[in-house]
Amino acid sequence: MTDAVRPPTLEMRGITKRYPGVVANDHIDLDVRPGEIHALLGENGAGKSTLMNILYGLATPDEGEILIDGTPVIIRDPNDAIDRGITMVHQHFMLVPVLSVAENILLGDEPMANPVFLDRRAAHVRIRELGRQFGFEVDPDAKVGSLSVGWQQRVEILKALYRNANILVLDEPTAVLTPQETREIFAVLRQLTSKLGTSIIFISHKLYEVLEIADRITVIRRGKVVGSRIPAETDEEDLAELMVGRDVNLTVDRGESHPGEAMLVAEDVRAADDRGREVVHGVSFTVRAGEIFGIAGVAGNGQDELVETITGLRKTTGGRLSLAGEPITTATPRELHEQGLAFVPADRHRFGLVLSFPLTDNFILNDYHAEPYASGFVRNDDAIRSRAEECVAEYDVRTPSTTVPAGTLSGGNQQKVVVAREFGRELKLLVLDQPTRGLDVGSIEFIHSQTIKRRDAGTAILLVSAELDEVLELSDRIGVMYRGELVAVVDAREADKEEIGLLMATGGKISPEATKVMAAELEQVS
Amino acid sequence: MDVLYGIPILGVIFQFIGYVIDVTPGIAPIVVGLAAPIALGALCGIMNERSGVVNIGIEGMMLSAAFAGFLVAGLVHQSMGSVEGWGAFGITPALLAGVATAIIVAMLLSALHAWLSITVATDQIISGVIINVAALGLTGYLNRLLISPNPRLGAGTFSTFRLPPEVVDFPVVGWILEMFVEQGPIAMSVIVFVIVLQVLLFRSRWGLRTRAVGEHPRAADTVGVNVIRLRYRNVIVAGVFAGLAGAYLTLEGTGSFQNGMSAGRGFIALAAVIFGRWTPIGAFGAALLFAYSGAFGQAVRIRPPGADYPELGTIMAAIPSQVYGSLPYIVTIIILAGVVGRSIGPAAVGKPYEKEAHG
Amino acid sequence: MTTAKEAERRANAPLLRRILRLVAVPFVAVVGALFVGAIIITLSSLATGQLDLTLALRAYADLFQGAFGNLRGILFTIVTATPLILGGMAVGLGFKAGLFNIGAQGQFLMGALGSAAVGAWVGGAPPLVAVPVAILAGALLGAAWGFIPGALKAWTGAHEVVTTIMLNFIAGAVIGYLITGPLEAPGYGFSRTGELGNSELPLILGSTIHLGVLIAFLLVPAIWWLLSRSTLGFEIRTVGANPDAARYAGMHPAVLTILTMSLCGLLAGLAGAGQILGISHFMTASYGTSIGFDAISVALLGRANPWGIMAAALLFGAMRAGSGLMQIRAGIPIEIIDVIQALILLFLATDVVIRRALRIKAPSAEPTELQTATRSYGGTT
Repeated sequence: MTDAVRPPTLEMRGITKRYPGVVANDHIDLDVRPGEIHALLGENGAGKSTLMNILYGLATPDEGEILIDGTPVIIRDPNDAIDRGITMVHQHFMLVPVLSVAENILLGDEPMANPVFLDRRAAHVRIRELGRQFGFEVDPDAKVGSLSVGWQQRVEILKALYRNANILVLDEPTAVLTPQETREIFAVLRQLTSKLGTSIIFISHKLYEVLEIADRITVIRRGKVVGSRIPAETDEEDLAELMVGRDVNLTVDRGESHPGEAMLVAEDVRAADDRGREVVHGVSFTVRAGEIFGIAGVAGNGQDELVETITGLRKTTGGRLSLAGEPITTATPRELHEQGLAFVPADRHRFGLVLSFPLTDNFILNDYHAEPYASGFVRNDDAIRSRAEECVAEYDVRTPSTTVPAGTLSGGNQQKVVVAREFGRELKLLVLDQPTRGLDVGSIEFIHSQTIKRRDAGTAILLVSAELDEVLELSDRIGVMYRGELVAVVDAREADKEEIGLLMATGGKISPEATKVMAAELEQVS
Repeated sequence: MDVLYGIPILGVIFQFIGYVIDVTPGIAPIVVGLAAPIALGALCGIMNERSGVVNIGIEGMMLSAAFAGFLVAGLVHQSMGSVEGWGAFGITPALLAGVATAIIVAMLLSALHAWLSITVATDQIISGVIINVAALGLTGYLNRLLISPNPRLGAGTFSTFRLPPEVVDFPVVGWILEMFVEQGPIAMSVIVFVIVLQVLLFRSRWGLRTRAVGEHPRAADTVGVNVIRLRYRNVIVAGVFAGLAGAYLTLEGTGSFQNGMSAGRGFIALAAVIFGRWTPIGAFGAALLFAYSGAFGQAVRIRPPGADYPELGTIMAAIPSQVYGSLPYIVTIIILAGVVGRSIGPAAVGKPYEKEAHG
Repeated sequence: MTTAKEAERRANAPLLRRILRLVAVPFVAVVGALFVGAIIITLSSLATGQLDLTLALRAYADLFQGAFGNLRGILFTIVTATPLILGGMAVGLGFKAGLFNIGAQGQFLMGALGSAAVGAWVGGAPPLVAVPVAILAGALLGAAWGFIPGALKAWTGAHEVVTTIMLNFIAGAVIGYLITGPLEAPGYGFSRTGELGNSELPLILGSTIHLGVLIAFLLVPAIWWLLSRSTLGFEIRTVGANPDAARYAGMHPAVLTILTMSLCGLLAGLAGAGQILGISHFMTASYGTSIGFDAISVALLGRANPWGIMAAALLFGAMRAGSGLMQIRAGIPIEIIDVIQALILLFLATDVVIRRALRIKAPSAEPTELQTATRSYGGTT
C-alpha cells in the first residue's frame, strides 16, 4: 500500500475561525496519512487547540471543509467526531475524578444489559483485554481521582482504544509527565500506529519531543500554517524560528549566580491538604539571596501546599519557616508582603487577579490599604491611577487603558500585570509558581529575563514548576518533590534530566543499580 | 428506671431518652407523613444538583403546585358534585385532577428554571429565588381572587391506608409497617421513588451520565453526552417530585390552602440533600430526621412528659412552646453547619455550561 | 467574551449612552411587568364578571393617583419607600460581598422587636436619649441576626440562603414568644409591646415623614461612599469578586463575610426600627410584613447599587402607596403588586435576552450582580 493511491485519513482544507477581535484559524490546511504520527507545532495561542476543537466538533468553523478518507464530512458535535473514528486526549484531562476508571471509559458509549441498566461485566472484560494488549492493565474499579497523572493519561488513551479510534488527537500529552513516562506513552503511540494503523495528531510546543516522535511536522503561527517539515530534514533552531517567526534564543542566558546569605529557611515543614490529609511530610531546604532554587515534581506531590504555606495562605502543621532570620511560620500574607515576600501564583485567575476589577485595582491588590494608595480609611484614586500608569509603561502591558477589567486582557498581559505588581518593589524572596504556564514565547522570554534580573539584584527566588524544562533552564539548584518529601537537591550544572525525571517518578526509593537497570529497560521499550 | 432517673444531672438525660422512646411509636406514622414533602423536595434537588443545577426554587414550585392542585381539585369537585372515593385511598376524579395539575404546574416552573439557568445562564440561585418570590406573589393574589370568595371550595383529601389490626399488633415488624404503610398514596409512594432513584442513579446509563455531567460537563460533552439536553430533562422531570410535594400539602396533608403554606420545606429539603450526601436514600434519612424533630415538637405539646419524668418535665415545661415549633428550622441550621464542610457536592453545581470552547 | 478594546470603548462612550445602557434593562423589566400585569388584571376581571378591557388602565391610573396624585400621596410614597431603601441596601451590600441575604426579613423583624422593646423601656427618658437608644437597639438586634448566618458561613460553610430562611422562621417564633410572654404590656386585651413615650421618632415633615426617613436617605450616599471610596468597601468588593485573591491580598474573607452580613443585618434592623418607632409605635405578636422579600426585588432591580436601590425603592414604594386607592376604586386586590414585582424580577433575570433583543451592550464587561451569587453552594466552599 502506498500513500499515493490511498487518500489521506484526514484532510482539513481552508479552515477559518474568527473570535471577536482575533482570527484563531486563518485558512489552515492539514492532511494526515494512515498510520502517521503528525505533529502540530505552535506556541500557546497559535490556534492549535482551536483547530482540534473544530475537528472534534467542539467549535464550528466559519469556513473550510473536513474530509475523512477522501469524503467530505460535517462534524457538528463530539458525537459526529466519535462516529467518524476521531477521538481526542485533551491537555486538561477529560476525566471525572469521582467516577471509576470503567465508568469514565464507558461514558457516552455504554454497553447495556437491558434498555435501562449498564452491563458492567462486559465493560470490565473489554477494558482488561485492551489494557493487556497494550501493556497497561488498570483496575476498572479504581477511582480516577486516586490515580497518578501518568495513569490518568493511560485511561484517556484507553478511552480512545475502547472507541476504536482511527484518528487520535493528543493535545500537549506530555506537559505533566516525567521524561520516563513520556517515553512510555511514546512507545504506546508507536504500537498504535504499527499494530492498528491509527493516525495520530500530536500537538506540542516542545521541539525535541516533536522531532523524536513525529513522521511529519506542521507549524502554525498566529492562526496560519507557516511551514511543514520532516524530522530528518530539520532541527530545533529551524522549528523554533518557524514557530515564533524570528530568531529565538532557545536557552536562557542565566550567567553565574552569586548566592549570598540564607533568605528562606524551611525546617521540617509539614502541611495538610483541604481534606486534612498530610501531603507535605517534613520538607527542609534553604534559598539564598541571589540564587534561584527550583522545585521539580509531578503535579500533585505536595508542591502546591508547600508554596501556600510559605506564602501564608495555608497553615503549617509542623516545622519552622524563616525569612532573613525572622520566623515566618505563622505569618499572614500581609505580614509576609510587608517583610519583602512576593508571590506569582500558578493560577492567576484564582489568586493573582480579580478579573472583573480594572487594572488600577489589580496593581494595588496587596497595597490597597497602605500609603500612598489609602489615607486611613479613604482610598486615594490619584495615587492608584499613577501607579497603574507606571506599571503599564515599565512592564509593557498591552492595554488600551488602565481602567479596563483585567479579564479582558490576553493571558500574557494578565501575567505581566501580576509580575509588575509583585516584582516592582524591594524584595527579599520571590516565589514563582508555574510563572509561564500557558503563555506565548515572547511573554515567557520576558518573564524569564525579569526573573534572572531580580536574582542578579540579590533576591532569593523559589521557582516551582511541573515543567521540568523550565526548572532546568532557570534554576541554580534543584530540589525534587515526591509524595510530599524533598527527595533530592542537586546543583543545576550537574543536573541530569533523566536522573531528575526518575526521581520525580519514583522518589529514588530504589537503589542506584536498580534505577540504572530500569532506565536501560525503558530505553529498550522505546 | 427510677434509679437511673434519680441520678443528678445525668438522670435528666436518661429521662429524656426514656421520654423519646416513650413518644416515638405514637408519632412514627406522622413522621413519614411530615417527611414526605421534604423527601420529595430533596429528590427534586438531587436530580437537579447531580446534573449540575442548583434549584433554590423548590419551595416556590411546591407552593404553586399546592395551590394549583387545590384549586383544580376544588373546581372539579364543585362541577361533579360529591363522588364516592375509590379504593383504600379514597381516590376521586377531583383529587386525581388536582395531583395532575400540581405536577404540571411544578414542571412548568421547572422548565422556567431550566431555561433561565441553562440557556439564559442567569445565576441559578437568583433564578430560584425569583421563582420563590413569584410563587408567593401569584398564589397570594390568586388565593385572594379565587379561593377567598369561595370558602367552601375543596375536594377533601386522600384517605390513609389502614392495615388490618392483626398486622399492626405484630411486634416491631407491625410497628415499622404501620409507620411506612399507614399513609396516603403520595407519602406511601415516596419510599418507592427513593429506592428507584437510588438504583437508577448508580446503575443506569441515565445515572452515569447525570453524575458525569454534574461533575465535569466538558468531559461528558467530549464523549458525546448532550449536556444541555440532559440538564433540561433532569430539571423538568424533577419538577414531578416538587409537584407531588405540593399536592401532598393540600390534597393529602390538610385539604386546604393557606398563603406560604410550604413554610420553608423546600429549603429544608435542600439541607436534606446536603446531609444525605446527594443520595436519595441519605436524603430520605435526613428528611425523616427533620420530620421527627417537627413531630417531636408536636408530641411535647400534646403529651408533655408527666410525672414519670419529674425533672425533665419541669425543664421542658419551662422551654417556650415556640422553641418546639421551630425545631425543624433549628435542626436544619445545626445540621448544615455541622455537615457542610465535610460533604462535598457535585463539582459543577451552579455553573452554566458553555458549549463552544474558546481559543 | 469582551476584549479590552471593546471594554475601553464602552467605558468612553458618551455619558447619556452609558446611562441608557445602565437603565435600559431595568426599564424594560418594569414596563414589561406592568404590561403582563395588565393582562393578568384583565383576565381576572373574568373571575368576577365579564371581560373588562379598560380595567387595567383604570387600575393603573388609580395606582398612580394614589402614589403621586397629591402631596399626601407623595409623602406616603416616600415613607413607604423608606424601609425598602434600607432593606434593599441590606440585600445589595450582601451581593457586593458575594452573599445572598434572603434574611432581611428576619433581620427587619428582630430590629423592629428590639426597638419596640427597648423603646418602651426607655420611653420615660428625654427624647434625646430615648430616640437614639431605641434606634440603636433595633439596629444592633438586626445586626446580631445578620451576624449568625455570616458566622455560620465563615466558620462552617453553611450557605446563607438556607440559614437565613431558617432564621426568618425562627425570628417569627422568637417574636411570638417574647411578645406573648416577657415583653407583653399589660392592659390592652391583646398581646403587644408597651407605649413608646419619648422613643417615638419625631416628625420632620407633614404628618408622616419621620426622622427615620431622613436617616434612610442619608445612608444612601453613605453606603455608596463606603463601597466605592473606602478601603473597607474595596475589601468587601474583592471578597465578593474573588475570595481567593482577597486572601492572597492579605484580606480576611471570613471576617469580612461576618462583618458584611452584620452590616446587612444592621441596615435591615434599622428599617424595622423605623417602622416601629416612626409609624406603628408598637409591635404585636403576629406582626407581619413582606418588606424583607420586597427588599430582594429592590436590590436586584437597583443592581445592588445604592442609588439604583433608592430609585427602585421609590418605585416599589409608590406601587404600595397607590395600591390602597386601586383596591378601593378598581377592586383589584393589593396582592397584584406582589405579582408585578415578581414579573419585574422575571424580566430582570432574562437580562441577556433583553439586551440581545434591544441590541444594547452591557454597561461594562463586569459580570452583573445577577450572575455572581452562586458560590460555595453546598459543600464546595
